Amino acid sequence: MIEQPAAPQMGHNAPPQRSAFPLKIGSSKELGIFVLLVVLCIFVSVMSHGTFLHTENLQNTSRSIGLYGIFSIGAGIVIITGGIDLSVGSLFALLGVLLSLMLTVWHWPGPLAILATIAGGSLIGVFHGFLITRVQLQPFIVTLCGLLFYRGIARFITGDATAGFGDASGFQTLQTLATGSVLGIPVPFVLLILVALIMGVVLHKSIYGRYLYAVGRNEEAARYSGVNTRRIIAGAYIISGLLASLSAILFAFFTNSISPSTQGQSYELYGIAAAVLGGCSLRGGEGSIVGILIGAALLQVLQNLVNLLNIPSSLNFAVVGAVILLGVITDQLLQKRGKA
Amino acid sequence: MESASAAQSASEQPALEMQGISKRFAGVQALKEVSLAAYPGEVLALIGENGAGKSTLMKILGGVHQPDEGAITVGGVPAVISSVKDSAAAGISFIHQELNVLDNIDVAGNVFLGREPTVGGPLRLLDRAKMQQETQPYLDQLGLHISSRTPLNRLSLAQQQMVEIAKALSLQAKILIMDEPTSSLTLTETQSLIRVVKELRSRGVSILYISHRLGEVTEIADRVVGLRDGRNAGGLAKSEITHDRMVSLMVGRDLNKYQAPAETAPKPMRFSVSGLKTRRYPEHEVSFEIGRGEILGMAGLVGAGRSEAAQAIFGVDPSSAGTLTLDGETLKIRSPQDAIRRGIYLAPEDRRRSGVIVDMSIQDNITMPSLRRYAPGGLISAGRETVAAQAASTALRVKTPSVRFPVRNLSGGNQQKVVLAKWLSLEPKVMIFDEPTRGIDVGAKAEIYDLMRGLAKEGVAILMISSDMEEVLGLSDRIAVMHEGRVSGILSRAEASEESVMQLAVGQAAHPHSL
Repeated sequence: MIEQPAAPQMGHNAPPQRSAFPLKIGSSKELGIFVLLVVLCIFVSVMSHGTFLHTENLQNTSRSIGLYGIFSIGAGIVIITGGIDLSVGSLFALLGVLLSLMLTVWHWPGPLAILATIAGGSLIGVFHGFLITRVQLQPFIVTLCGLLFYRGIARFITGDATAGFGDASGFQTLQTLATGSVLGIPVPFVLLILVALIMGVVLHKSIYGRYLYAVGRNEEAARYSGVNTRRIIAGAYIISGLLASLSAILFAFFTNSISPSTQGQSYELYGIAAAVLGGCSLRGGEGSIVGILIGAALLQVLQNLVNLLNIPSSLNFAVVGAVILLGVITDQLLQKRGKA
Repeated sequence: MESASAAQSASEQPALEMQGISKRFAGVQALKEVSLAAYPGEVLALIGENGAGKSTLMKILGGVHQPDEGAITVGGVPAVISSVKDSAAAGISFIHQELNVLDNIDVAGNVFLGREPTVGGPLRLLDRAKMQQETQPYLDQLGLHISSRTPLNRLSLAQQQMVEIAKALSLQAKILIMDEPTSSLTLTETQSLIRVVKELRSRGVSILYISHRLGEVTEIADRVVGLRDGRNAGGLAKSEITHDRMVSLMVGRDLNKYQAPAETAPKPMRFSVSGLKTRRYPEHEVSFEIGRGEILGMAGLVGAGRSEAAQAIFGVDPSSAGTLTLDGETLKIRSPQDAIRRGIYLAPEDRRRSGVIVDMSIQDNITMPSLRRYAPGGLISAGRETVAAQAASTALRVKTPSVRFPVRNLSGGNQQKVVLAKWLSLEPKVMIFDEPTRGIDVGAKAEIYDLMRGLAKEGVAILMISSDMEEVLGLSDRIAVMHEGRVSGILSRAEASEESVMQLAVGQAAHPHSL
C-alpha cells in the first residue's frame, strides 16, 4: 500500500553516518563453548588414560546430561525473558514425593501418575507466571519463595521420611525411562534430544520464540508492537515448570528413593549455569537451545572429570564454579575485543 | 519592587553573568551567543518554547555541559564550571522539575547529603544530632512545620521540594535556579512556593525562574529574558511583563514563513475521542475528532499530557477511561493488541525505548506485529518474512544494505522509518505520530512528511503530536492544543498561527469563539 510519491532526493546521496555491522549470527558464542567442551573431553580422555571413552562411562555421562539437560532448557527459556526460575530443585523433591505416593500408595496407573505429575509442574509454572506478570512480583522473589515452599511441603508430606518406589513392581517399564537404554543410548539422553528438537523449533522457528527474544530485549517496545508480553513471559515459566516435572520424574526413578530434604537440592543452579555457559544473558534476549545443550553437557563432563581424575569430591563445586567463572570472563573479554 | 529595580542599577554587580554562550551538539546549534545577567535580590524569569535552549543553558550552569564559546562570571569573578561540584562551589543551586531527593532517608540526611558531619574516629559515624540541629532552622525559615527527622517518603511533593530549597539555603546558595518548580504542585502549594521565592529574593538571593506558566511569571518576575531557537529573543522589564508580550517574545515576529496550504473542506468524521482521562491528569478529560484523511496536529508544551493521551488511545495505559469511536463503531481498547486489531497504530515518542528493539534486526522489527501472516501454522516462514520485510523497507527507503542488520546502527530517521514500516503493511485506519521527526535530519523529515500526506490521501485519520511549531503549522489540517491535561482549543487553518497556538498552550484562550 505504500506507493511512495517521489520524495526529494536530497540526503540520499549522503553517505550513511555509521557503517552497519551484520547481526551477530549467535553462533560465535556457541562455537566458543563447543570448542571448550571438545578440549575438555580430550583433556579428560588423556588424563584418565581413556577411561572417559569407555562405553559405560560415556553412557553414564550421557544419562546425566539427559537428566540435567531437560530442565536446563526450561531455565534457559526463562532467562531469555530476563527472568529466573529458582524453584526447580525443590520441585524435584515435591513432585518426586507425590509421584511415589501416586504409584505406591494410591496405586494409580502409571501413565495417569506421569500425566498428573507433568500437570502439577505445569500448574506451578502457571502460578509463577501469574504472580510475575499479573501481580508484578520479581521473578527472583517468586521462585525463591517457591524454592522454600515446595521443599517444605515435600518434607511435610512424608514427615521427612524417604519416599521411594521399592522394587517398582507394577511400573518397571516406567522406571526404564530413567534407567533404560535404546540401542545403547540412555533413555534420558534420547528424551533430552526429543525435548531439544521440539523446543528448538518453538524457540527458533515459531512466533512465540520470536516474541520471547523480543520481550527479553525490550519488553516495552514489544508491548508497543502488539506483543502480549504477559502471556509470553508467563509461558516461559509454564515451560520451565513442565520441563522440570519431566526431569522430576526421571530423577525420581533414577534415584529410586526420594529423600525430600536433599532430592534435587540446588539443581536449579545447574540449570542456570548451563544456560549462562551456553550463551544466555541474565539481562535477557540472548541464548539458544544448542548453547544450553552444550552448557549442560559441559557441566556433566566436569562432574565426570572430578570423578575420573580422583579429585576430592569435596572440590566438586569449586571446580564447577571456577570453570563457569572462567567461561564468563573469557566471553566478556572476547565481546569487548569484538566491540573495540 | 523598588529594591529590585535598584538592584539593576549599573553600579551593582550581577550575581551571575553569562556572556556570548554558544553550544553545538553533533551539528545542532543548541545555543548561539546567549547572554544574560541576574542581580542579587531579583527574580529573573527565563521563558521560551520547547527546545528554545533553556535546558541546555541551565545544564551549562550546572556543569553538565561545557559551552563551546562564552564566559560565565559569578559575583564578578570568572568561573569555570566543569562539574556539578564546581557549580555548587560557585554558590549555584538547582531545584529541578524532577526532584533530586532520596526518599528513603530523613530530611536532615537529604540536606546534608554528600557532606555529612561525622563524630570523628575511624568509623566516620554520622553526627545525626548536628545534622538535625542545623537543618531545623532552615525548615522553620521556609515555614515548613516538619521535623528534620521525618523521612522524605512521608512528605508531599511540595514539601520535598521545600527540603531541596532548605538544602540550597544551607549551602549558602547565592543563585537559585528553579526549573518548572510548580509543574507538579497544586494551586495552594504553588502559592506557598511563590511566597518562599519572594522571601528568598528579599534576602538577596538571585533567582533564575524557568516556567511555562506565564501567570506565575507575571506575579513574581522582576525581569524576563526570552530565548528562541537558541538565541536571545529580548527581555522585558517589570512594567512590561504581560502575557501577550511574553508570548510574542517566545514566538518571535517573523511568522510569515509558513505558507499554510489553502483551507481544506471539512472531512467526514472517522475517529473520535471523548472523555479520555490520562494517568497524569486523572481529573481532566481529552476530547477531539479526526476526519477521514485529516491530519490533526496536536500542540502543547512539554508535560501538557499529549503523549499520555496517545498512550491511552493505543491501550498502553489501560487505567484511562473514555469513549473511542472509529467509523461509527465504539471501541473497547484495553491493550495495544486491541488497538492494533482495529487498525490504530502509534509511532511513539521515545523511539529507542518503545518504538524499536535496537538489538534485533530490521526485519524482526518490521514484522513484529504482522508475524502471523508469514507463519502458517505458527511456524515462521523465513522466506516469506524476508520478502515482506524487504518490500516494506524498500518502500520506506530505509537506508541499509540488508534487512538482517540490527536497528541499532541506523540513524534516527531510518529507525523512525522502521517503526513506520512496521505499521504501514497493516493498513492503518488511525495513525498516531508522537514527535515523528524529533532528532531526525532534514532529508528524512521531508520523507516522513510526504508519507504522512500520502497516508492522509488514502483516508487514514492522522493524529500528529509535535512540539515543532513549523511542523504543526505546516502539516495540520486542524490543530488541537493541549494545556495541563485538556484540549484548550482547536484551531482551523485560518485561525492557526504561532501566536494563537502558543496562547492556547499556556492556557489562555486566544479565540474564545473557537472553543
